Amino acid sequence: MVDLLNMSYDTQIPNNVGLSADKKVLKALEKWHPGYINWWNDLIPEKFQKSMIYLRTAVSVDPKGWAKFDYVKMPEYRWGILLAPGVEDRLIPCGEHKGEPAWQEVPGEYRNLLKPLIVIQGDTEPASVEQQRFLGMTAPSLYDMRNLFQVNVEEGRHLWAMVYLLQKYFGRDGREEADDLLLRSSGSEEAPRLLGAFNEETPDWLSFFMFTYFTDRDGKMQLESLAQSGFDPLSRSCRFMLTEEAHHMFVGETGVGRTIERTCQAMNEAGIADPYDTGKIRDLGVIDLPTIQKKLNLHYTLSLDLFGQEVSTNAANAFNAGIKGRYLEPRIDDDHQLRNDTYRVWGIVDGKLIQHEVPALTEINMRLRDDYTRDAAGGVGRWNRIIEKAGLEFEMKLPHECFNRKIGVFAGHDFDPEGNLLSGAEYEAGLPTWLPTHADGDFIQSLMRPVSEPGQFAGWISPPKVGIDNKPGDFEYAKLHMA
Amino acid sequence: MPDMIDFQTDPSRYLHWRVDYDGPIANLYMDVNEEGGLFDGYQLKLNSYDLGVDIELADVVQRMRFEHPQVKVVVMQSGKPGVFCAGANIRMLSGAAHNHKVNFCKFTNETRNAFEAAEQDSGQKYLAAVKGTCAGGGYELALACNHIMLTNDSSSSVSLPEVPLLAVLPGTGGLTRLTDKRKVRRDRADIFSSAEEGVRGQRAVDWRLVDEIVQNSKFDQVVRDRAEQFAAAWDGPDDPVEGIALGPLDRKFAEDGSVSYSLVDVRVDRGGRKATITLRGPDTGPATDMAGFAGQGDQAPMLRLARELDDAILHLRFNETELGLVVIRCQGDPEKLLAHEALLLDTRDHWLANEVLQYWKRVLKRIDVTSRSLVCLVEHGSCFAGVLAELLFAADRSYMMEGEFEGDNRPIASITLSASNFGLFPMGNNLTRLQTRFLGEPGSVDAAKAQIGEAQEAGEAEEFGLVTMILDDIDWDDEIRIFMEERASFSPDAMTGMEANLRFAGPETMETRIFGRLTAWQNWIFTRPNAVGKIGALQCYGTGVRGEFDQERV
Repeated sequence: MVDLLNMSYDTQIPNNVGLSADKKVLKALEKWHPGYINWWNDLIPEKFQKSMIYLRTAVSVDPKGWAKFDYVKMPEYRWGILLAPGVEDRLIPCGEHKGEPAWQEVPGEYRNLLKPLIVIQGDTEPASVEQQRFLGMTAPSLYDMRNLFQVNVEEGRHLWAMVYLLQKYFGRDGREEADDLLLRSSGSEEAPRLLGAFNEETPDWLSFFMFTYFTDRDGKMQLESLAQSGFDPLSRSCRFMLTEEAHHMFVGETGVGRTIERTCQAMNEAGIADPYDTGKIRDLGVIDLPTIQKKLNLHYTLSLDLFGQEVSTNAANAFNAGIKGRYLEPRIDDDHQLRNDTYRVWGIVDGKLIQHEVPALTEINMRLRDDYTRDAAGGVGRWNRIIEKAGLEFEMKLPHECFNRKIGVFAGHDFDPEGNLLSGAEYEAGLPTWLPTHADGDFIQSLMRPVSEPGQFAGWISPPKVGIDNKPGDFEYAKLHMA
Repeated sequence: MPDMIDFQTDPSRYLHWRVDYDGPIANLYMDVNEEGGLFDGYQLKLNSYDLGVDIELADVVQRMRFEHPQVKVVVMQSGKPGVFCAGANIRMLSGAAHNHKVNFCKFTNETRNAFEAAEQDSGQKYLAAVKGTCAGGGYELALACNHIMLTNDSSSSVSLPEVPLLAVLPGTGGLTRLTDKRKVRRDRADIFSSAEEGVRGQRAVDWRLVDEIVQNSKFDQVVRDRAEQFAAAWDGPDDPVEGIALGPLDRKFAEDGSVSYSLVDVRVDRGGRKATITLRGPDTGPATDMAGFAGQGDQAPMLRLARELDDAILHLRFNETELGLVVIRCQGDPEKLLAHEALLLDTRDHWLANEVLQYWKRVLKRIDVTSRSLVCLVEHGSCFAGVLAELLFAADRSYMMEGEFEGDNRPIASITLSASNFGLFPMGNNLTRLQTRFLGEPGSVDAAKAQIGEAQEAGEAEEFGLVTMILDDIDWDDEIRIFMEERASFSPDAMTGMEANLRFAGPETMETRIFGRLTAWQNWIFTRPNAVGKIGALQCYGTGVRGEFDQERV
């Protein structure tokens, strides 16, 4: 265990922010850190806390230092505070201050706008660890278990990154917000996490893979836009987080891909060609493709909701203030101020879906959501190639953006995944074929049996093509503590 | 835009509120229909409100008293998850004409005052149960409640973000109730009112912004417990009482804009920019007792007259904004009117007598803050007696007929004071209208009091200072005509300002500070480019572009 009393913060916390000389942050962190360690210890089942997990740790931001692999007990993981290297003479990339030098301190006039952005980002990081806390018990392999914990410790580090910004730049309010990040908890009746989607438990591994593919990708898009912030410490912090976030999406994409691959393989071995012959397919102990599509529908649409309302004053304010940009802002060919630009969005007029042009400034969320959809489509294509290669006829699809929405203009209307407006009865009738039912959940749950022999995998998922850190197939990614 | 804004509604027509009655406790749910805005061009998201929402709330509060007198505690809460109320709708405000904004704020202020006073006046305590966002006008709703409970979920907060977000003020009593009612220290109030995010958790209690914070998982239970506890603490008569139904008003609109009710008549003279309100006193005697009064229900003349006058005033305020002069007349038998009033005064401990008198208090206050030149004409055959005599002291001026008028066989004009003129109907400054009128000569109040029950004809009325001027047959028509023509020629703005200043002599109260200081500043800001100019904060809100301020301090 970490010796909390004699913790040397400046040497034990990998950092490139001059922590040892920063009395203010050190003092705040000393107060906050024990709470963080308690949070971690209370969260992850004890068996895993005592196990040695083969994890990568970022000890610096240079190519050699950001991914050091070794066995570590998770509570002793060295969560670092690392910012991507500063860009000399960086300028604010968008909004009314475009072209002015990036801020190294919080501009007073934007403090109120900036802080909630950091708080909400910070709130989602530990939330996902909380949502996934029980998954270690049913890991389909040591390889997958290791990936889960890698994602978890890095979400923990991302929390640190946001806490650092709050403590360093937002005074007493910031310290209180940092404390509250540990106070709220996913699904809690007392103090739930700020965003609804982060209060749902991740019940099984397919959900985990879908979550890391779809929901962490929302996180990626948010980090991408915050990486464009004119507030330089936030930009640098998010840029470095993005290097880690990529691994999370890798875990999601390959996890779903391996599930699909195993299903196709089992179907071919059993000579089943019809993907909708679900009873027979499930008897093989694999997850049928239509059910995987249903899980995709659910997680994709929940993630779309995370982008918020189509017309967003907050997003417009943040863009115009230069504290949050768009995805790949410098590559966009416009004035980066959106004084007269419009953007095409869906709306509902007289019960019909209509596309119309609206001021681009208030549609920042929408644009990011569209970028997200394009980004998410890539992996879906790769999943389809697995199915194609297996010679089966089935295509995974992203549902229309109006399907199953709880936030925005489509909320309260019943659409099918193709985007057709339905009556309530038609919708109810179609629902079991579009979204996972309880029975689907129960079936998936029945497959969730832990496999902890090195090199072995549960029957519903294929092994990965390549090991982590180029390790061989039978590498022991976790040395489990046996009580 | 609707042709006319109507203040009459009833529960079957509510779009935004619902009430569940549970014995002495009423659960009042705010669940604003996004598409139910009074005007086009905005959606009432996040339980934000416009005038239509507030008209319903005023109706709820009024019916709570008359139709549900058994209710002792009203729990105001949201019917939507994650938000209590986000305040007045900003797109509505930024799209509204100045006079609508001002009238809207005035009406919402009156409604806040009405439920705030319900505890003291009617034994109905309002409790705000706040979960989720409670911002701006939303917190002002809570502030006007008698007890505020906030859930402690580490995200629900109370806030007044008007200044940082919109460059206007929390103008529905917000700033004033912080300092005067909740007695929040001014430096803390300064922080609170300039921080968009607001305050949550323990600090909200420490700063007295709320009365208590409650563990989130137990919130509903604790709110229920508290409501039951407050209901049990009620120490008035606890006989179960049946309310009376408030039916629709008997009301007709004429082509020229005139409105006739059963006892109130509003004549519109657009050319002369004036409206003449004529009140008719009761033709018959009162019920023998309050049981009889209750049997008459909403048809009892004293209640009917108050409801009709109230509606007429609101109609003129919102729908006839160019009628700068309101002439108030009445006709009827003062003795009969006084007999009706006497029944109420003699049985004030009866809940319905109390409610009717309290309602008159509110109607008279509504007249006090109505921004029109008010003049009373005390003509022959009039019944300015008791409660109606208050109209003389609410008006800016009053003229009384003196002596016989040729060809006029109505009874000679007189004024009769009753006990109600000496304490029952205080103004916002907490003085009676006579005390305010005679601020420099308290002896005159005593002299007038000695005349209770005596019908004063013009000479005496002038001697006791009850009217502005008495005029005989020779002078009457011309003097009145000249006064009205002169009044119509003045700047409406100057009239509003002058009258509002002269009406409220004497001490400040929270109420006068809300209607005077806070409202005046707010209305000034509402005309300033920094808020409402093309690049002002209120106009820019929602576009993403920041308002630009003229940095000159004025």
